[in-house]
Amino acid sequence: MPLTVALYGVLGLAIVAVAGAVTQRGALGRPLVYGLSAAISATLLAAGLDALLGALAPETATLPLGLPWLGARFRLDALSALFLAVVNLGALAASLYAVGYGRHEHEPARVLPFYPAFLAGMNLVVLAADAFTFLLSWETMSLASWALVMAHHREEGNARAGYVYLVMASFGTLALLLAFGLLAGAEGGYAFDGIRNVEHAPAVKALVLILVLVGAGSKAGLVPLHAWLPLAHPAAPSHVSALMSGVMTKVAVYGFVRIVFDLLGPPVWWWSVVVLLLGGVTAVLGLLYALMERDLKRLLAYSTVENVGIVFIGLGLALAFRANKLDWAAALALTAALFHVLNHTLFKSLLFFGAGAVLAATGQRNMERLGGLIHRMPKTALAFLVGAAAISALPPLNGFVSEWLTFQAVLVSPQLPQWGLKFLVPAVGAMLALSAALAATCFVRAFGIAFLGRPRSPEAAGATETDRWSLGAMFAFAALCVLAGVLPGHVIDALSPAVVSLAGARMPVQAEVPWWSIVPIAESRSSYNGLLVFAFSAISGLLAAALIRGFATRRFRRAPAWDCGFPDPRPETQYTADSFAQPIRRVFGTHVFAARERVDMPAPGDTRPGRFRARVHDLVWDRVYAPVAKAVEYGARRLNPLQALTIRRYLSLVFFSLILMLAVLAIWR
Amino acid sequence: MALIGELVVQGVQMTLVLLLAPLLTGIVRTLKSRAIGKAGPPPLQPYRELLRLIRKEPVVAEGASWLFRAAPYLIFAGIWVAAALVPTFASGLLFSWSADLIAIVALLGSARFFLALAGLDVGTSFGGIGSSREMMIASLAEPATIMIVFTIALIVGSTQLSSISAYTASEEIGLRVSLALSLVALLMVAIAENGRIPIDNPATHLELTMVHEAMVLEYSGRHLALIELAASLKLVLYVSLIACIFVPWGMAPPGAGLGAYAVGLASYLGKLLAGGVVLALFEMSIAKMRVFRYAEFLGAALMLGLLGTLLAFVSRSL
Amino acid sequence: MGKIEFDIAHLVAGGLVLVSLLLLYQDRMFALLRFFAGHAVVLSLAVAWQALIQDKPELYITAAIALAFKGVVIPLALYRIVVRLGIHRELEPVVGVGLTMLAGIGLIGLALVVILPLTSAADPYAREDLAFALSVVLLGLLMMITRRNAVSQVVGFMSIENGLILAATGAKGMPLVVEISVAFSILIAFIVIGIFLFRIRERFDTVDVGALDSARAEGERRR
Repeated sequence: MPLTVALYGVLGLAIVAVAGAVTQRGALGRPLVYGLSAAISATLLAAGLDALLGALAPETATLPLGLPWLGARFRLDALSALFLAVVNLGALAASLYAVGYGRHEHEPARVLPFYPAFLAGMNLVVLAADAFTFLLSWETMSLASWALVMAHHREEGNARAGYVYLVMASFGTLALLLAFGLLAGAEGGYAFDGIRNVEHAPAVKALVLILVLVGAGSKAGLVPLHAWLPLAHPAAPSHVSALMSGVMTKVAVYGFVRIVFDLLGPPVWWWSVVVLLLGGVTAVLGLLYALMERDLKRLLAYSTVENVGIVFIGLGLALAFRANKLDWAAALALTAALFHVLNHTLFKSLLFFGAGAVLAATGQRNMERLGGLIHRMPKTALAFLVGAAAISALPPLNGFVSEWLTFQAVLVSPQLPQWGLKFLVPAVGAMLALSAALAATCFVRAFGIAFLGRPRSPEAAGATETDRWSLGAMFAFAALCVLAGVLPGHVIDALSPAVVSLAGARMPVQAEVPWWSIVPIAESRSSYNGLLVFAFSAISGLLAAALIRGFATRRFRRAPAWDCGFPDPRPETQYTADSFAQPIRRVFGTHVFAARERVDMPAPGDTRPGRFRARVHDLVWDRVYAPVAKAVEYGARRLNPLQALTIRRYLSLVFFSLILMLAVLAIWR
Repeated sequence: MALIGELVVQGVQMTLVLLLAPLLTGIVRTLKSRAIGKAGPPPLQPYRELLRLIRKEPVVAEGASWLFRAAPYLIFAGIWVAAALVPTFASGLLFSWSADLIAIVALLGSARFFLALAGLDVGTSFGGIGSSREMMIASLAEPATIMIVFTIALIVGSTQLSSISAYTASEEIGLRVSLALSLVALLMVAIAENGRIPIDNPATHLELTMVHEAMVLEYSGRHLALIELAASLKLVLYVSLIACIFVPWGMAPPGAGLGAYAVGLASYLGKLLAGGVVLALFEMSIAKMRVFRYAEFLGAALMLGLLGTLLAFVSRSL
Repeated sequence: MGKIEFDIAHLVAGGLVLVSLLLLYQDRMFALLRFFAGHAVVLSLAVAWQALIQDKPELYITAAIALAFKGVVIPLALYRIVVRLGIHRELEPVVGVGLTMLAGIGLIGLALVVILPLTSAADPYAREDLAFALSVVLLGLLMMITRRNAVSQVVGFMSIENGLILAATGAKGMPLVVEISVAFSILIAFIVIGIFLFRIRERFDTVDVGALDSARAEGERRR
């Protein structure tokens, strides 16, 4: 039943896309498209939750679409249901947000038709049950999102962003295509059921793993394949940015999990080494990039890279445990990863909504031109603050719970028999801790510079609060962030059907633990209670406030800032985003970014201003992408003369190619 | 009945850390002054300061938001809850299972998050410099802390403080080089987190090197009192944490009689005093570091933690 | 071997690895020499403890040699050389201290990963001892390649030798003759390097080994 609902929903989205293309000129288009998208997303969310929580048996359906002799197969099992719910949760909030935010869109014709198509593509990916449908849906998702990235193609940098995205997306799809080709084998069994039943050679499995890491990893943003992500995600309209960062990366994670955990069969232990290393490096580097960034939306995109790293650390741990038949530990690691998938959808969408509201109110994405918005946009600021605290893994919010679970999984690692893993996993744990602490730094910087302090530009000084639809979407997600952090046991239990289907085990049932604590393994080992931590903090804070204000004094007085006796009213004297990141740049920058600082200090008596320049380089871009681009360009230039040959030469070219192929055939046969 | 008893113990613990916090700060200040030949303030001076600050009317900078006024309460609440969950004179507190060692560290992180935001709120350069440096120190200290937690969890098989103290108090612990390494690393982290010399000088004002004082520069009256109290509480928390993990002897077991609680209390006071003396002597004998050597200092703590983890693996492979 | 005996042996051998790591952290000449003396003292403790629990009195002699010779005489001699030659008191690393330390930790991990599975049949102390000894040797090598200064290269070289002695004593004793010959060869090496120090100083006015390279390049160019 839920599968049928889901497929009709996707059909509905396709119709809405057509309607969007037709009604784009009228004033009706925006509420119609976003309202209908929200309604369909809500239905699909309900269908996903129903299939997940009701623990229904997997449903399958075959539609006579696509290749005539194959049809399109769909399947809704626990994993698909979970991701269906996550995708549509994000889509529902983004659609509601867009009802208000869409007013600021100056080119609705470039957004309205593609938005529902993008949603439909993502939904189809998680429902697909054969390689052909999967790839087709994946490509729909990529192309629709590419069209959305190019919506504002006249703005500076967006055309390049779209180009890089298109190249990387095609590259990723190619890798996935090859992976499915290897999985299908010589018989060409493209249905997932067929692939599951085939026993693959170890070398083939390893190759598939690498290809999936490239294909799904490039969509998710694993370093070094992340380069397109901070360009493309911020270039799209903000509700689409929220979807791309909060939801599309999750679809990529789904692709990885579906292929590696489900289709590929039992893992080998060294796979986890690759995944763990990639995850750890991605987590740390993503944040270091984010800390160097001034553009609020690009900062959020880089932080998405970090969170994908955390998810992959959890997945790598799950692979390590499953390869060694420690199913209960694999269940713990997988729960942590899936919990983080949900959490990241919640807080990253929320933060992008907030950034979009700021962008709409001020026209600025550069943090150095913002400041003091907490006075002008108090509600947006509050919602953004909740998101920032949640993503910084602060208790009692939800980000902390998934990181805590990941740490608990890391602490099981001594039970692994491989010495390499025994030493690697704690090191990855240290990287996880580093990225958590850097995330706090990064979001203190983002919130503190953009929302606190004094306005740094007239636009920031004249900002006004955003509309009700946007605020509604933001506060709904902020509330969910608190709720998932305070009652994590219920979320863990809800995730368990998907975990069971992949790990063969589940975490202990949390609903029966007294006081709604979560106990991953045993209470003597570790436990955490978000509800009590929240309640205690609230009570002690309120108690302190009541006592002091009741018995001592409750008055206060306003006066100019003290600032050690040298207050300066000019807003330029505030700490900037760059100066806030300077200590981190000093500590990590020389090695990670080849950062150089140059001080040009005039001689005494000289009246010209002193100058300070700091340069950072994206070493991944410089060392990996730039050489590849250069090589492609070189090759293209060398092949260029082939375009202008005489007919005779073309014919001889064709002739010699034919002879060469025949010769190859003769030698091989 | 047993539940009421446990509730009482938990309540006593919460009040005890709150009441002792200014005393420890005062003792350290007095000892430091005495050791360098000054008369110094009496140990009870911090109480007087706090009472006076609480009674005074705070002056809030123009342009400060609600966050500036709410932050002291949030900071205080986070640190107080964390301090209440670390066993001091009795192990097996009623609510100690609601947060393990990792969660306690993260709670301190929550408090720090709001403190750093408060530093940025008024929009002064001193506040910014303090927040920026505090977050840098924290992001370097956190991996080291997690490695220490790993080492301990590797040996004890738990991150629950009650289980850890029960294990280290038992006979089976033996001599462990890993524990010694993590003790040193934890001491280094504690110094950094509490803003003591050589990382930060708690007695400094009007200097470009200050960290904590720069962040709270705009605070006055009851807000300042809460922040100062929270800072003292954090110091007590770290001393209790070190005592609970590495010298758990004398702690009253769960459900013990009044005599055991008295012994526990006496030994806890002794440990606090010893911690204060050691801290004062250490601070007196060392100079403050340059800001950009912090990375080396905390990097060394991280290395010690990593080494501790590695060595713990070796001794476990017996 | 009882539990407490093992624990103490583990503690002291682990301590030696720690001091090796701390040698990498030093950026002052005299602190480096003090830590090197400490390295020798910890080594002699480890050897003496082995002598006690293995009941081999001849190991006490090894311990005494390590203590007297490497704990006192060599550091003092180096100290005098540094003072007499007026060598620059700050050590300039080729790679930053943080990276070197990280590499050091990585090397220790590598040593453990290599040794522990290989020697799973050996008795627990011997295998752990071998792992620690290999770590000390690798750290000494790392120190030699990441420090420009000739004095720190000498110190790194001698800490390698300490690691070898740790391996030898832990693996159920080594004849004293061998030990003396090892010590003797080190002594010769020390003298050679000592002279070499004087020579560089006379020739180039610095103990930076880099000066040798540039001199050689110059020579080649002239040819």
